[in-house]
Amino acid sequence: MVTRGFFSGRRPPSDTDARIPPGQYLEQGFPVLSAGPTPRVRTEDWSFTLKQGPRPIKKWNWAEFNALPQSKMTRDIHCVTAWTKFNTPWQGVMIDDILADAGIEPPTAYTLALSFDGYSTNVPTKDLVTGKAMVALLYEGKPITPDHGGPARLLVPHLYFWKSAKWVNGLQFTERDEPGFWELRGYHMYGDPWREQRYSSDP
Amino acid sequence: MSAEPSPQSPWQAATITRIEKRTPRVTSFWFQPSRPFVHLAGQHVDVRLTAPDGYQARRSYSIASAPGGGVELAIERLDDGEVSPFFHDVAAVGDEIELRGPLGGHFIWEESDGGPVLLVGGGSGVVPLMAMVRHRMLGNTAVPVALVFSARVWDEVIFRDELIGLDDRRDGFDLVLTLTREPARRPSDYSRRIDARMMAQAVERLPKAPKLAYVCGSNAFVSAAADALIGAGVPAGTIRTERYGV
Repeated sequence: MVTRGFFSGRRPPSDTDARIPPGQYLEQGFPVLSAGPTPRVRTEDWSFTLKQGPRPIKKWNWAEFNALPQSKMTRDIHCVTAWTKFNTPWQGVMIDDILADAGIEPPTAYTLALSFDGYSTNVPTKDLVTGKAMVALLYEGKPITPDHGGPARLLVPHLYFWKSAKWVNGLQFTERDEPGFWELRGYHMYGDPWREQRYSSDP
Repeated sequence: MSAEPSPQSPWQAATITRIEKRTPRVTSFWFQPSRPFVHLAGQHVDVRLTAPDGYQARRSYSIASAPGGGVELAIERLDDGEVSPFFHDVAAVGDEIELRGPLGGHFIWEESDGGPVLLVGGGSGVVPLMAMVRHRMLGNTAVPVALVFSARVWDEVIFRDELIGLDDRRDGFDLVLTLTREPARRPSDYSRRIDARMMAQAVERLPKAPKLAYVCGSNAFVSAAADALIGAGVPAGTIRTERYGV
């Protein structure tokens, strides 16, 4: 439906157009969104736990986690609130390397990412491994600020950015695809920006 | 792109039925959706504009009206925006706009959620809180609600006359205005940015500690206000936030 009187779009130049998923616009800043107050997690209180169901598999403190092999990922990110940001540079520990340090193969097909503030979000395990995702520790070479999810946040850049849980403190492998915080509140179970899977009613 | 939404499309055409300037920068638009539309206080809609060449722009706007009170969006003009200037400069009564919603399942308040409720809004962040205040009023409920509303100046206090009118009823709704760039106009108001002391005094206006707190505004505002609430002893787990990204 063409909107009367709406002409001057911000259609991006054709060389970048292909990088912007449907319904998104290009943002130069880095907007902040969250469901509650920003937790200030001190690195001395920080830990990361891998779990299968309720059972802990392995737990790292800040120093142990930072000693794991670190990788860099520079990726375009896409927020469900319709902004896309190009070339965001992150450094952290690939999920593959976390699993390797724990000495396990992914035990189930689904994962819940868990956060210090009680937030959770579900991601199929296959979307976390084979170089697709990391627990990021640095953004633009500096520690991630609390409002952007520091000290550590999940980075799953090929899905809408609410899947990249801020203040992450663990991954829990689950037998079923269990909805997380926003998925229980109307947002899509998978969240592929290229298929515009924003809300639960989207195919 | 198809010319019309398919029957399954979550988008629907809604007709603008009324336009009213609220402040120099904020104008309210009322919509008549073409399909049934039942929302909760605090929810938002996505709005989609389509240019003749198929280019689309979408943004989210909070609903200012109470459930059952129509669909009012109070839209702030952002000079470098691409959707809000269209509404302010082009949109007219009778135009059809595509809406999707209502959306959002977290930043909502229903009577059954109870109270007391502390609402903290900055600028146009008051819009979803206004839906909650109106919902309380229409439901004739006794749930104590305090709204702390921060605006730069008196003339930018959105819904000002309506809010002061509700405050004057003294029926358990309490309005606190704080102006950041002008002196306070009413004895109970402030003239500074929100801080922990102001939040502690807002909590004291309620008969007991708030069961729920809702904070909405710019990211900087929400960060400061949420920290101030925590500084005033409000547990983080009772605070729900909605941030306007930038």
